Amino acid sequence: MSRTQSTLRIGDQPWVKWSLIGLALTLTLLLLVIPLVLIFAQAFSAGPGSLWSNLTDTYTLAAIGLTLFVAALTVPLNLVFGVFLAWLVTRFEFPGRKVLITLIDIPFAVSPVVAGLLYLLLYGSNGWLGGWLADKDIQLMFAWPGIVMVTVFVTCPFVARELIPLMQQQGRDEEEAAVVLGASGWQLFRKVTLPNIQWALLYGVVLTNARAVGEFGAVSVVSGNIRGETNTLPLHVELLYQDYNVAGAFTSASLLACIALLTLLVKSFIEWRQARQRMPVSDQSDSI
Amino acid sequence: MSISLEGVNKHFGQFQALKDISLDIPDGQLTGLLGPSGSGKTTLLRIIAGLESAEHGRILFHGKDVTRLHVRERRVGFVFQHYALFRHMTVAQNIAFGLEVLPRAQRPPAAEIRRQVADLLEMVQLGHLSSRYPAQLSGGQKQRIALARALAMKPEILLLDEPFGALDAKVRKDLRRWLRALHDELHFTSVFVTHDQEEALELSDRVVVMSAGKIEQVGGPQALYAEPESRFVFDFLGHVNVLGGSLEQQRLSQGDAWVQMPEGVDCAGEMQLYLRPHEVRLQNCPVLHAHLPLRIESISLIGAEVRLELTPCGWDAQQPWEVGISHVEFNRWQPQRGDRCYAVPDVGHLFGIEQTRPRTLNWVED
Repeated sequence: MSRTQSTLRIGDQPWVKWSLIGLALTLTLLLLVIPLVLIFAQAFSAGPGSLWSNLTDTYTLAAIGLTLFVAALTVPLNLVFGVFLAWLVTRFEFPGRKVLITLIDIPFAVSPVVAGLLYLLLYGSNGWLGGWLADKDIQLMFAWPGIVMVTVFVTCPFVARELIPLMQQQGRDEEEAAVVLGASGWQLFRKVTLPNIQWALLYGVVLTNARAVGEFGAVSVVSGNIRGETNTLPLHVELLYQDYNVAGAFTSASLLACIALLTLLVKSFIEWRQARQRMPVSDQSDSI
Repeated sequence: MSISLEGVNKHFGQFQALKDISLDIPDGQLTGLLGPSGSGKTTLLRIIAGLESAEHGRILFHGKDVTRLHVRERRVGFVFQHYALFRHMTVAQNIAFGLEVLPRAQRPPAAEIRRQVADLLEMVQLGHLSSRYPAQLSGGQKQRIALARALAMKPEILLLDEPFGALDAKVRKDLRRWLRALHDELHFTSVFVTHDQEEALELSDRVVVMSAGKIEQVGGPQALYAEPESRFVFDFLGHVNVLGGSLEQQRLSQGDAWVQMPEGVDCAGEMQLYLRPHEVRLQNCPVLHAHLPLRIESISLIGAEVRLELTPCGWDAQQPWEVGISHVEFNRWQPQRGDRCYAVPDVGHLFGIEQTRPRTLNWVED
């Protein structure tokens, strides 16, 4: 079928098309590209020597260390929790299942600052549980455990959110088949469930990691901003900026931007793999 | 290995899927569970496998109680309706799965597993596909791989859930024949679920007809077709032509239609006469014992006989009538759509309104 010049589809007028493309490109440039380039430009503005000294500054290194430490605890915790939760809500019928699926989204719906305040109220030295914990000489708030706790809270939906639709769509047929064939619970998970969800799981992990590294609001409430002790990289950026150390602030910011770019790269790779997995090659499918 | 079910019940929430099912499935037979959707046949199959739990009652394999035995321990072969092949494994890996997950002490060495997989692939005639992934197979191929995978653990019981449901007619027929041959060769006890009466009657040694969570009738294919014990079985196994009317003085009549009962029928009241398509002849004029005017609605020439769909003239039937005539007779008679003709019953089955079992009538003198 040939399409004649006169039969244009809706929105096919060249001026509509090009003005929309132009608008989108301009906005992308103004809102995304220029700020990103500026981060690196500012970081390098005082020369590579100053960049290096900013990077190797004791407090910056401490902030990098703490941030990686928090992410290293948060990601495995939420990985296990997310898989467990997704398995629970997609493989079992129980009262309150729908409510649970809705509850998973609470960390997305609540502002991180509010989440931080809630934890402070509950676990702070004047809080309900905090007082009791303080008697036992356990300090959660204004220390790294508190930072890990709020980060876990803020990032806990990512893995489960990725897995639930996939596991719902895949159904339980393959798992039932594996059990009928004699697989134990662990064999079932390792040989059947995990390979089927691995790319979605990795995607969830990448998003969890990105958010855990970049979380500001909730962490700033519970951290207490003690330099070299409870300062994560995003908090460090703000502190440096308030100290009028613009180059230092942007150096740390460029580190976060690098992590973001890396995340994007890994994310697109996983999306590409997932698309390949979903679109099977179907040659010879019409012979018996 | 024989299978016995004793008083099995199953609820899904408020819905009772199985009502007090007791059934004996003899060793070595191919048994079909037949019923419309929602009749509980798949639930029953899954309970035998252990994929669902029975609420009351017991399940026995060869006299041994397996009711509390986990699916994993029951060692039955199960073929799923949508095959449930492991999508991330090759065909060979799929078939090897049951052997690979055996405890180390029982697991055959790798070379032995490879040999067994090759044998199974040979048996299902798909040796050339061993390194393909399920997504690269056609429906019929997937079905055969699913079967090979189930047979790898050498089960004595093979359960198949709608094994040919998702296949097209031609492939379905081939696979049916192939499965029957395989069963005759290997002699396991097989149970399969189907909603297709033709499939059930053609493939099984015994058919269990189910409806609304209960067993309607159990029997060999011929017995079921020739002597249905209930209206449901009658309706479900093949087409049936019904004349409903009142029976007075040995004559069942409704509107312009009537049928004179043979000697010895002395009941009266509201009755229904059930006639199979092959128990009716068509003629140009009515006969002494029946006046059933019909108009030809459509003519289907495909198959061993010509099937005519007919609508009643001057009386009512809930379903259009269907009568089969031979191609020879069709060529001689050459009926056209819209022609009027008369049905003549040879054999019929009379149901009283409250009755569940029919009384068989015969008009042909022998």
